[in-house]
Amino acid sequence: MFGQANVLAAGQAGFPPSVDDFYLPSILPWGAENSYWFTKITAMVWIAVGVLIIFFLASYRNPQLVPTKKQWFAESIYGFVRNNIAVDMIGHAGVRFAPYFTTLFCFVLLTNAFAIIPLFQISPNSHIAFPAILAIISYVLFNYIGIKKHGFVKYFKNSLIPPAPWYILPLLIPIELFSTFIVRPFSLAVRLFANMFAGHMLLLVFTLGGFAMLSANAWLAPVSVLSWVMTIALTFLEFLVICLQAYVFTVLTASYVQGALAEEH
Amino acid sequence: MYFLAAEGGESAHNPIIPLWQEIVVGSVAFAVLCFVLMKFVFPRMEQTFQARVDAIEGGIKRAEAAQAEANQLLEQYRAQLAEARTDAAKIRDDARADAEGIRQDILAKAREESDRVIQAGKDALAAERATIVRELRAEVGTIAVDLASKIVGESLADEARRKGTVDRFLSGLESTGAR
Repeated sequence: MFGQANVLAAGQAGFPPSVDDFYLPSILPWGAENSYWFTKITAMVWIAVGVLIIFFLASYRNPQLVPTKKQWFAESIYGFVRNNIAVDMIGHAGVRFAPYFTTLFCFVLLTNAFAIIPLFQISPNSHIAFPAILAIISYVLFNYIGIKKHGFVKYFKNSLIPPAPWYILPLLIPIELFSTFIVRPFSLAVRLFANMFAGHMLLLVFTLGGFAMLSANAWLAPVSVLSWVMTIALTFLEFLVICLQAYVFTVLTASYVQGALAEEH
Repeated sequence: MYFLAAEGGESAHNPIIPLWQEIVVGSVAFAVLCFVLMKFVFPRMEQTFQARVDAIEGGIKRAEAAQAEANQLLEQYRAQLAEARTDAAKIRDDARADAEGIRQDILAKAREESDRVIQAGKDALAAERATIVRELRAEVGTIAVDLASKIVGESLADEARRKGTVDRFLSGLESTGAR
């Protein structure tokens, strides 16, 4: 589509890659520089949403007790998040959060996966807006759950006052406040964003670096090849990061919900 | 990149500041996704899981019930078989006893019959003998008297009959013959 593909086609290499490489021109209106309503990034988000909805609705249109292959696959995804994340982290009460966690996990996984899917090759999560939305939802979710379960005062007491001697509390309470209510959404969002951003940047560096060296000096061609081989290797690494970050985001959200539901600190 | 290169200079973007347009788009898109999946897909999966658990547990229960019924039937058949065997043995014993009784009856009847036949034969023989003896007696008497008359030359018949000489003689003969 844009960016890398165009660079490859044109044989031109803007090297080194910059932050601007993440901000692609608008699709509608075509080519506009600072219009963000309909870009490749937002298009990919819609595609991810559409693919997930179609996949799940199609494979679960007519559920059978003895599942078909497609139904089994859809169930495995849900079963994985339900049993290995929701129930493992929260216990039996976690089952009611499993639908949200599964939606979250699938969305993050697929949008992350765009980073290495040919022609997409950039993850929407390398724009902090999307991780930020998900992190805010997680933040609101765990606080809401905690307040609903314990009541406002008891929830904040549980969260802010650890079982420690009174003289150390003046130190601990600000730390708890800071780590639980301020840092959490940022760390969630930035972790996912930075991983996808850095992954894309790495792939850009090695891909474009290959072209840069090739165009600088024909004798550097072997090094260019090495650079592209590194791109392939890094794509595998990126695959690992994609899966891991989707898992980590979901597990941390589950962990926060678990902490909010817990009786004691 | 070539079109971005045209822009040139310092980066116009700060990657840590979210674009508000993307926040709107992402929120709406993710909300749609959540709505559809959490309303129409995952609850149904939960239902299916539950139905599957029920089906498996129900299947196990049904199998257990069937097993129990089969065991009960087996016990029943075994009991019936044992009973039938006992009955058969009893019937065989009865039959054997009956056969023995019948044999005894037949034997007894046969013995009785043979005894009766022998007795009848003996009686008939005795009667015949008695008849023959009686006839002989009369005949021998007559012959003897006739012989004696011829020898003596006079008729002794009346006298001899009167005096019972012949009978006495024959009785003597009989008693010696019987000895």
